[in-house]
Amino acid sequence: MSRLSVMLSGLRLENPIIPASGTFGFGYEFSSWYDINILGSIALKSTTKTERFGNLSPRIAECRNGMLNAIGLQNPGVDAVILQELPKLNKVFSKKIIASVAGFSPEEYVYVAEKFDAVDQVGILEINLSCPNVKENGVTFASCTKTVFSVCQEIKKKTSKPVYIKLSPNVSDIVEMAICAKNGGADGLTLCNTLLGTVIDTKTGRPVVSTKVAGFSGPAIKPVALKNVYQVSKEINIPIIASGGICDADDVIEFLSAGATATEVGSQNLVNPFVCKEIIEELPRKMEEYGIKDLKDIIGRSHYVQ
Amino acid sequence: MRERCLCSVKYNEPIAKDIFKLVIETSVNLQQIPGQFINIKIDNFYLRRPFSICDCLEKSIIIVYKVVGRGTKRLSETTRAQQLDIICGLGNGFDMDALSDKSEVVLIGGGMGAAPLYFLAKSLKESGVSFETVLGFTDSKQAFFLDEFSRFSAIHVSSLDGKIGTKGLVTDSLRDISYNYYFSCGPLPMLKSVHRFKAAPGQLLLEERMGCGFGACMSCSFKTINKSKRICVDGPVIYSSEVDFSE
Ligand SMILES: Cc1cc2nc3c(=O)[nH]c(=O)nc-3n(C[C@H](O)[C@H](O)[C@H](O)COP(=O)(O)OP(=O)(O)OC[C@H]3O[C@@H](n4cnc5c(N)ncnc54)[C@H](O)[C@@H]3O)c2cc1C
Ligand SMILES: Cc1cc2nc3c(=O)[nH]c(=O)nc-3n(C[C@H](O)[C@H](O)[C@H](O)COP(=O)(O)O)c2cc1C
Ligand code: FES
Repeated sequence: MSRLSVMLSGLRLENPIIPASGTFGFGYEFSSWYDINILGSIALKSTTKTERFGNLSPRIAECRNGMLNAIGLQNPGVDAVILQELPKLNKVFSKKIIASVAGFSPEEYVYVAEKFDAVDQVGILEINLSCPNVKENGVTFASCTKTVFSVCQEIKKKTSKPVYIKLSPNVSDIVEMAICAKNGGADGLTLCNTLLGTVIDTKTGRPVVSTKVAGFSGPAIKPVALKNVYQVSKEINIPIIASGGICDADDVIEFLSAGATATEVGSQNLVNPFVCKEIIEELPRKMEEYGIKDLKDIIGRSHYVQ
Repeated sequence: MRERCLCSVKYNEPIAKDIFKLVIETSVNLQQIPGQFINIKIDNFYLRRPFSICDCLEKSIIIVYKVVGRGTKRLSETTRAQQLDIICGLGNGFDMDALSDKSEVVLIGGGMGAAPLYFLAKSLKESGVSFETVLGFTDSKQAFFLDEFSRFSAIHVSSLDGKIGTKGLVTDSLRDISYNYYFSCGPLPMLKSVHRFKAAPGQLLLEERMGCGFGACMSCSFKTINKSKRICVDGPVIYSSEVDFSE
């Protein structure tokens, strides 16, 4: 199966399919659907220093070809994740996982990242920068060039595993943000988190989700995510994990062609719990159809094919 | 049994105002528990829609649904022989083992909450448990399954418009009934007043907007007295002793 394998900063994935953070629980929930060992890796729910309940309900809404969520980083806290969730996952998934680090201050990011850095099961630290920085009036970390650079640098100083910065698409210049992450020492990038959107109840006139504005994801956002991967990979050469609207093997081939090395499947897991398995099974057939010998050959090809 | 399957529509017709009965059939045996739900993929809608199992025969599932929005409108237009992609066997279901010989049981349903109670009533009857049923409807034109329920137990019906049964709320009917265990399902304000009405042990079936229905997304979190639960996997049935309606 090495035709499907890809490398992320020294970590070899059997295939580029990774369930995205927040859409796959802590992984083991899916082992009753299928043998999850077929996955390339798994990105866990973003984890903070202490337990969080998250936002009030409704936390979710729907739109054409997509959805909105405002879960509010509900998670049991980093110690509980390491002591309770990871051992449960270890029983059903033997590969390295991607730990998603979140926080509301630079110190919290470093704290959580250091804890995960010490865990053998963790292969990559994915830093979810789409959180509000309480010290800077709640401006999200991902929307400020200074904090992207400094949080990245601080985490790199204290950890040894590859650090991937998950950027937000809600910025005016994604390439500038990506360069800041790279200059801060990021080993790779995850592009991107959710867009922002809202849905209004036509009967009452009120926004549906409790936070009014929420994270917009699903097939509807794919062209935006694809553009971000395309633009960033053109300018800088660190590995990119793509995220945004991925639903089938064609989407994966598209994102790899745009310059991604691996792909995270998010919202589609909620609608079709088998989607990652189906993509992994479909990929060889699609490669055959398009005459692709090895997935590694197509990474970034959109930048040079005639 | 939790499973994703393609089912064919056998029946999908109105049985009351804006209320439809849908019968779907699969090729496999579907063992479901009362209180569990299915998640239906409706054409042109991204997220699935959850519906309680109203009855389950060997290879068919019946749900009763109300047209409230675009998804249920579309579902009501589904015709016989069309295929539906469903995930079944979701949620914990009612715990019938919680009952003892001394239990005086009442089922309390409001509006669409009657749907899951029908499957429960049938199962309790089959296990020889005797009980009474209290059903309340805001609009009497939306009452359904009254004859069906009365095959299993005595029923007490109330409606807000007073056109069927007694005029009033389900809690008005509860005054005349002696019970020490209840199963309840209905709109949240009704569940709150049932919970407040008598400090008896019981089980409540809760609803929340769902992303997945199987524990992956945390859309459906609900705070119980000591921890947060996901309604889709740790519920939708919650013991009355765990419920915290104070907020
Ligand atoms: C466990 C459970 C069991 C249910 N059982 C039944 C049943 O037996 N019969 C029945 O008529 N209805 C039932 N419901 C409610 C039913 O799911 C909603 O009425 C339906 O999803 C509305 O879809 P819509 O597209 O018509 O409405 P819209 O308002 O257009 O839907 C928009 C979004 O909100 C969600 N939504 C809207 N109302 C609800 C609600 N009350 N609960 C959960 N999600 C909602 C929809 O799923 C969709 O994602 C149940 C809900 C849950 C959670
Ligand atoms: C319900 C839900 C919860 C999410 N939670 C997180 C999270 O905790 N951390 C994170 O980095 N991204 C989170 N995301 C974003 C996804 O990981 C993904 O980047 C995004 O949804 C875009 O991909 P998609 O279109 O395939 O869903 C969440 C998305 C959804 C739908
Ligand atoms: S609906 Fe996704 S966890 Fe309950």
